[in-house]
Parts: sequence; structure tokens; C-alpha cells
Amino acid sequence: MAESTPDRALTRLVAWIDQRFPLTKVVEEHATKYYAPKNFNFWYYFGVLASVVLVLQLLTGIWLTMAYVPSGDGAFASVEYIMRDVEYGDIIRYLHSTGASAFFVVVYLHMFRGLAYGSYQRPRELVWLIGIGIFLVLMAEGFFGYLLPWGNMSYWGAQVIVSLVGAIPVIGEDLMIWVRGDYLMSEITLNRFFALHVVALPLALVGLVFVHIVALHKVGSNNPDGVEIKDNKDENGIPVDGIPFHPYYTVHDFQATIVFLFIFCAVVFFAPEMFGYFLEKPNFEQANPLKTPELIAPVWYYTPYYSMLRASTFPLFGLQAKFWGFVVMVAAILMPAMLPWLDRSPVRSMRYKGLASKVMLALLVVSFFILGYLGTIHTTPLTTGMAQVCTMIYFAYFVLMPWYTRVERTKTPPERLT
Amino acid sequence: MSGTRVLLAAMLLIWPAHAATPAIELEPMQPNLDDKPSLQRGMRLYMNYCIGCHSLKFQRYERSADDLGIPHRVALDNLIFTGQAIGGLMETAIPQESAKNWFGGPPPDLTMVDKVRGTAWVYNMLKSFYLDPTRPFGVNNRVFEGIGMPHVLIGLQGVPELKNKRPKALDLLAGDPLGNGELVPAGDDGRRRFVPNRDNQVLEVRPGTGALSAEEYDQAAYDIANFLHYVGEPGRQKRKEIGVWVLAFLVGLFILATLLNREYWKDVR
Repeated sequence: MAESTPDRALTRLVAWIDQRFPLTKVVEEHATKYYAPKNFNFWYYFGVLASVVLVLQLLTGIWLTMAYVPSGDGAFASVEYIMRDVEYGDIIRYLHSTGASAFFVVVYLHMFRGLAYGSYQRPRELVWLIGIGIFLVLMAEGFFGYLLPWGNMSYWGAQVIVSLVGAIPVIGEDLMIWVRGDYLMSEITLNRFFALHVVALPLALVGLVFVHIVALHKVGSNNPDGVEIKDNKDENGIPVDGIPFHPYYTVHDFQATIVFLFIFCAVVFFAPEMFGYFLEKPNFEQANPLKTPELIAPVWYYTPYYSMLRASTFPLFGLQAKFWGFVVMVAAILMPAMLPWLDRSPVRSMRYKGLASKVMLALLVVSFFILGYLGTIHTTPLTTGMAQVCTMIYFAYFVLMPWYTRVERTKTPPERLT
Repeated sequence: MSGTRVLLAAMLLIWPAHAATPAIELEPMQPNLDDKPSLQRGMRLYMNYCIGCHSLKFQRYERSADDLGIPHRVALDNLIFTGQAIGGLMETAIPQESAKNWFGGPPPDLTMVDKVRGTAWVYNMLKSFYLDPTRPFGVNNRVFEGIGMPHVLIGLQGVPELKNKRPKALDLLAGDPLGNGELVPAGDDGRRRFVPNRDNQVLEVRPGTGALSAEEYDQAAYDIANFLHYVGEPGRQKRKEIGVWVLAFLVGLFILATLLNREYWKDVR
């Protein structure tokens, strides 16, 4: 059958573009002829979902910026202006604030997938390292963004974290003033946090996500079996266990995205404060340098690291405990970057690793949850002790990995995907 | 140690003195945004008794009137006493500088009091004033001990007094076997003091002193708390209405997406 006129016009348009821009080549390389393993499971949705949330945050962020006023006098009032006077402003704001939490939910699950299936192993070290970079930028992005509503928890939360810099020996005090741009948290600090939050870090984030995907498509996706699908190709050079990303995984991810959006919107429209976990009560009061909130707790996604920070209770080598807490926290965040070189296992996936790996991963997850909870409550000697034990477990997962991945008995992975 | 950190440490020490943790258990209160008459009464009471000192400066008269079903003319004639336009923010007329002199600090804006403290807190606080001659304004509050304001609704409620459930003299003689309080050792002034056990006290309104009955006053407190719940987030109901449609749309889209997914994946082995 002959091509209809509109089809021909489209073909000619694409040909015209292809002579000037590698459109077809890019689409084929990254979608229609990008072969992904056919056995992706539940855990493989979260990369796509993270991109969905990124776009959501960028769009809602742009619209919030249209009405937000980054000044000491205007910030808090402008957020309430958005909540009351801007058409659908409350929904845009809740999409953004819930989006921040959702971002961390999907990113933590995405990272867990990487741990469970050994996605950081050779040849995907760079994919993993870029991912860690994204996580760092995301944490900074969330931190700077949290100051912008200029509520009392915004103010004091930022104050506590910035004051950590002051614990660095010798240069700490000056460095802290440099970071704040003032002797206390002030409008200067708010303005620079605003600039970083709406321009610098989103640029970095988008750039890093781009190279994350480029690097991934160079080496190909891992899968729950940890078996390299490129080792089994048919006569055309196409992996036998691979299927084109588009349309198979696009329709798959579309479905998952709707499920995600359902849960997400249920929170946005019916419980946007999430009982004080997503939006904390003291933040409905304007920043007040003379009134400390009863309990300064960061938002839930920082609390595991905050617990590790507080777990450091004694000075060492003449340096104060707070400094060591800062060191522990930074080390905890950076530790996963070492994984490609800590894992000595002959296999990738948790399915074929030994008992020790499984137990250690389970302990890591449990301790991370406990630390997360402890970070939301007042400390007592008991909770501090628990936080110390959990911090030890967290680090043990990484530090002991070269040992337990070598000595444990692993199963032999199958030749092809199961 | 830097000045900031000294300040920080000092504030941490001072904080508990300000902490307004309720001394009594709060009576539960369920706000109802569908009850327009209650919200309207709440707004009227607020405009007559509260806004003189406590602004709602993030909320506009127009938004409140529209959401509560009050015609603009009626609102302008009966609810706006500052001469502002209907589109104005609900400011207070009290001069902030004088307020500092009169009360020791400017009366706080209450737009978000419901979000910060909760609806039940507001409701209970309005019902918990009692005579206390040691306080500058002659009253204290069981929910907010050391409150720095007069009992503005006293004309409605009547004169509330705190009474021990059992005779006070008996406790003093017997060293408090009934749990009404305790004698604390002599302080700086060399006097022993009786510290009442708040749990064992009841509020009683002196009969015939208030314009409203006990039930009517409860309703008035409810209406004000309900109104402040509305003001805390005026878009709350609209948001939930939209949410139902959004979720319904997603369910429909999910069905289509599932069928599409099944169609494509049937040839993957």
C-alpha cells in the first residue's frame, strides 16, 4: 500500500532534520534500538520515576518562583500569598513540597536497587559515581530549598547545619561567616540560598542526570540476575534477552508512573503536610532568631544522617565532638561511592550472593530506618546508644564488604536471564 | 566561643520558660468546614473581639467573605471596622509600638495559629481562662499558663474561677492526701507556698456573670476555633474536591495504560 500524503510529509521532514541533526540516530540509540534486559522487576521503576519527579520539581519550581519574594520581609508572606491569592497556588506549592519528599523516596529506593543487584560493579562504576553526585546535589538542593519559606524551622534547621561548618578546626568560624555571608542567618543567606536553589543546583542536577543516562546507555542496564545480556547476542548482534526500550519499557513505565502519581496525588491533595513529616509545624511561624523551636529536626530524608551526626558524643584528639559528628555524617554520605572497589564478590546480584551479603544488606536497611526515626525525636542516653550502634552497622556494611564478599559461598549465576 | 553560639546556648536555656505545653489534657474538637453558619459566627466573633489586637494579615476579607458565603456589602458594613476595602488584608488597628508597651510584646498574628498549635488547642484555650490576681491582666489560662492578655470574652462567658475539687483547707492540714497540690519549701521570700495540682481543679463560672450559657459559650469557642481552622488554609476544601477528580482520572488512565501494556508485552517471552 502506498504511503498516505501526511506520512510522506512526515518522512520528508524527518529526513530534512536528519541531514542537519542526528534525530533518528539519537532516538534509535536511546529508545527504539536501546536493548534492555527483559526481566526488569519492581525495583527498576524508580529511575524513571526520579526523572518524572525531577520534571515535576522543575515545572512547579518555575511557577513558584513567579510569585515568591526572596527577602527577609517578603519570603514568608509571599509563600502565604501563593497559598491564598495565587490561582491554584496552594496545589503548585504542595506539589513542590511533596515532590521534594517523593524525590528522596524514589532515589533511596533506586539506590537500594543498585545495592541489591550490584549495579555499581564493573563496568558501571561511572554510572554509580555520577549517581552519587546526583544524590549529593539533591541533598544540597533540598537543604537550600528548605530555607526559602523562611519559617522558623527553615531558619533554625539551616542555622544548625551551617553551624556544623563552624566546628572545623582553625578555619571553621571564618568559613561559617563566609557560607552565611553574615554573622547570623539573614536575608543575605536567604538570597544566596535562593540563587543556588533555583539556578545553580538545578542546572547541575539536569546536567548530571543527562550524563548518568548517557553513561548508562553506553554500558547497558544491569538486571535482577546481574547477568550481562550483551554476552548472548543473535546473528544480528541484538542481545537475545534484550527488548527495545521503546515501546516495551515506555508502556511499562507509563503504567508505573500512573501508580506513582496516584499515591503522590493522594498525599498532595489529602495529606500534604504528612502529619508534620513533609511540612513541619513550626514552619508555619515566621523565622524568629529569638525563638528556637522546641525540637529542631530536619525533614525526614536527612534524619538518618542527622542521627549519625548526633551519635558523636565525645571529643577526640583535641577536636570537639560536633566536628567528629560532622566528619561521620560526611563519611556516611560519601561511603557508597567506594562500593565498586569494596565489593569483591564474583557475582553481582543478591540472588546469587552468599548469606553474609544478604544479612549485611538487611542490617543496613534496618539501621538506616532506625537512624531515620531517631533523627526525628529528642535524644536520650538510650536513643544515643542506639544511634551509635546503628552507625556502626551502617559503616560495617561498607568497611567489612571486601572481607565478607570474598569469604562467603556464592551461587553460580545462570548463563542467561531466568 | 562565638557570640552566635553563646546566644544559641542562652536561648536553649530560656526556651522551656516559654514552652506553652498545655498543663491540662485537651478536650477533643473536630472542626467542620461544611458548617458555614458556624464559620460565619466564628468570623463575626473574631472581628468583634479578636482582630482589635490579633491580625490575620495573610488572609484577605474578600476571600473570607466569598468562601464563607457572606455578601461583600454585608461584610463591609458589619465585619470590616478598619475602613479597608474588601480586597484588603485582615490587618489589626492596634499600633504595634504601643502594643509592645501594653502587653510586653506585640500580639501575634493568628493566621496560622491553627496550623502551629492545632484546632483543639485554640478551642480549649478559649475555654481555659481563669481569675488569677497575680497576673497583670487578672487572668491566667490553663492551656497557656502565663498568658499575656486579658480574657476578652469574659463578658460572654462570665467570670471563670478555678476551684479545688475538695476543700483546700483539708489538704493543707493533712499534707495533701487528696492530691490537690503540695506545699513547696520556702523560697527567696521565706514563705512556704501552696502549688495547686491543676488536674484536681475545675473551672467554674460565677453564675449570672456572663451573657451566654455554658453551652452557648462552648459553641462560641467552637465557632472561633472552626473559623481559625478555615483561615489556616482557606483552600483546604477546594483542594480535596479537586483531589477526588485527579485520583479518578488516574484510575481511568491506569486502566488504559494496563491494556496498552498488555497488548505490547504479549509477544515477550
